[in-house]
Amino acid sequence: MPFNIYDFTSFTQWIDKSLYDSCTPFWAMIWEMSIIGVVFLAFYAVVGLYLVYAERKICGFIQCRVGPNRVGPYGFFQTIADLIKLLMKELIYIKNADKVLFNIAPFIVIITSFLAIAAIPFAKGLHAIDFDIGVFYLMAVSSMGVIGLLLAGWSSNNKYSLIGAMRSGAQIVSYELSVGLSLVTIVVLAGTMQLSQIVELQRDGWFIFKGHIPAFIAFIIFITAGIAETNRGPFDLAEAESELTAGYHTEYSGIKFAFFFLAEYMNMFIIASIAATVFWGGWMPLHFPGLENFNHFMDFIPPFIWYIGKTAVIIFIMMWFKWTFPRLRIDQLLNLEWKYLLPINLFNVLLMAFIVLKGWELF
Amino acid sequence: MTVKLQIKNLEEQEYTINMGPQHPSTHGVLRLVVSLKGEIVKNVQPHCGYIHRGIEKMCEKLTYQQIIHLTDRLDYLSALISNEAVCIAVEEALEVEVPERVKYIRTIMDELTRIASHQLWWCSFGMDLGGLTCFFYGLRDREKILDIFEESIGGRLILSYYTPGGLMNDIHPNFKQRVKDFIKYFRKILPEYDQLLTGNVIMQERTKGIGLISKEDAISFGFTGPSGRGSGFSCDLRKQHPYGMYSKVDFKEVLYTEGDTFARYKVRIAEMWESMKIIEQLIDNIPEGPYSVKMKPIIKLPEGEYYQRVEGCRGEFGVYIESRGEKFPYRLKLRSPNFSNLSALNTLSKDQKIADLVAIGGSLDYIIPDIDR
Repeated sequence: MPFNIYDFTSFTQWIDKSLYDSCTPFWAMIWEMSIIGVVFLAFYAVVGLYLVYAERKICGFIQCRVGPNRVGPYGFFQTIADLIKLLMKELIYIKNADKVLFNIAPFIVIITSFLAIAAIPFAKGLHAIDFDIGVFYLMAVSSMGVIGLLLAGWSSNNKYSLIGAMRSGAQIVSYELSVGLSLVTIVVLAGTMQLSQIVELQRDGWFIFKGHIPAFIAFIIFITAGIAETNRGPFDLAEAESELTAGYHTEYSGIKFAFFFLAEYMNMFIIASIAATVFWGGWMPLHFPGLENFNHFMDFIPPFIWYIGKTAVIIFIMMWFKWTFPRLRIDQLLNLEWKYLLPINLFNVLLMAFIVLKGWELF
Repeated sequence: MTVKLQIKNLEEQEYTINMGPQHPSTHGVLRLVVSLKGEIVKNVQPHCGYIHRGIEKMCEKLTYQQIIHLTDRLDYLSALISNEAVCIAVEEALEVEVPERVKYIRTIMDELTRIASHQLWWCSFGMDLGGLTCFFYGLRDREKILDIFEESIGGRLILSYYTPGGLMNDIHPNFKQRVKDFIKYFRKILPEYDQLLTGNVIMQERTKGIGLISKEDAISFGFTGPSGRGSGFSCDLRKQHPYGMYSKVDFKEVLYTEGDTFARYKVRIAEMWESMKIIEQLIDNIPEGPYSVKMKPIIKLPEGEYYQRVEGCRGEFGVYIESRGEKFPYRLKLRSPNFSNLSALNTLSKDQKIADLVAIGGSLDYIIPDIDR
């Protein structure tokens, strides 16, 4: 088994080859899909739960308190206990709710976040599928989640839920533009939409350093719009606890509520992953041209650690935002997008195109 | 045909939502029936009475010492100040002069109460705006005041410390030191509040120009306390009709003329500074002496009408007593600041967004038991 922590290409190819050698191509494909499905399911659950744990610890740290500290060492198993509790809770069905849509909504939300993981390169050669339109795919998939939120709000037959759903609809559709355009800025620089290529191009410096000022602006806009797209504070208008009790998921209980909850955290993880991949070089170690010893030393750290580290930093920034800022109002939120972020973004793409055309290279 | 009718009907219908009695931002069991047009609030109708306990009626069968324990339960965040109104009313009716020591301690306790109340207001106002961290910052510092109360008084929320003629018991020997420590600590901490919330762009955008009320309207609605002073209505009873030691200490009446949510916010932050100034002037000079005058176990007020008002944490708190010379008051009427402040909610939040309604409600800082009584 050719297992190499620095390069998973041979390892994944070995699995692929041995499967196709042992059975017919059809069954090999089925097996491959199942393995990937199971691995991702486990990954999803673990990451989702531990992001919740991390959020509770970080928010505790910011708010001068301890956070969960009873179940297991440092409360490490608290979220697992919470999940078990949620699994055992009764699922409450509401009279006059649209039953079909009410039941489908949480699944749409969770499936879209699940689909997005498939395209993310976790390390060299470690991704389920490497589309040549990877960036586009991620955009397309992540914007589908809003359908789930709208359905949840509509079908609950609750006035608060409907307001929450309408807010989230307006919000996500608007901020989708900024997310897309800020990614386009980098696509212009990279000249490709394939994520593995984008990462490979950052071998001699991450795009945030290589891309002059436009890449930096694009990164700021991406993080802002990304937080808005995941419905997290300060853009958590769809939930807006103090105004709408719980927004679109007011009427959900038990595991269906947990689906919304987990999906929110996974969306955050996905946004952070995309930001890390596109702007901070994904699994690519920190390299500076001309510093051979430094680059060589950085290469010793496995790519997977780089990837997790960068994602964690961005997730921390997002949590920091949430626990520091008050919430925006809906008109201010839309003003921010349509009057500020979008024009800046359009200009930014133009600037980047100009820089690429002129061939100005920082290093 | 039927489809058309239905659509017309939908347009005519008002989208009403019930905020409360169980809702995170109504700070208790207040019920607001809000008519909406999209996100815009068209009409707000407060429904009171969910925590009506008939305190005024109950007072008609209680002696004056017992009434103290009920006035605590009105505005539970300014419990001591409400007590003081009853005590001063009784003392003035009987023409009893309380010792200097009592006046000093009462004033210090009042100001501590005011700081604690404004801290809790700051917590919940931050939370109304969606900044959840504020809640823990405020409560952390309020805890220190509650500890001071607990040491001297025994209670933490429902204090019942004052009694007609003085205090229930003397202050704890540690009291002076702990208050001084707290002031020293809080002078350093209060700028942190500004850093976290006041200076925030989102917070300022959310509050500036929202919930405007002019000085004339404020006066006609009976706005008092920080809410009234945010509109430039000079209504600080500590200056206008000084009681306790307020005439002898040096402090400013905080006035802002903007009349919006942000002005009301800034008044309260500034009042915390002023309260600290008052406490600092008094804490070293508490005279020795008795902590109470000897009063009869059963107080009978001479026949007549008595009214005493004090500056509560949310505005003017008044006690009207009509006595027929009995040991019980014939009639007792309470003028609670929150009730008047709440009456302006519809005017303030008309044609604003739902989020603004919550922010305005937070800036009025209403305490529901005080409204319902």
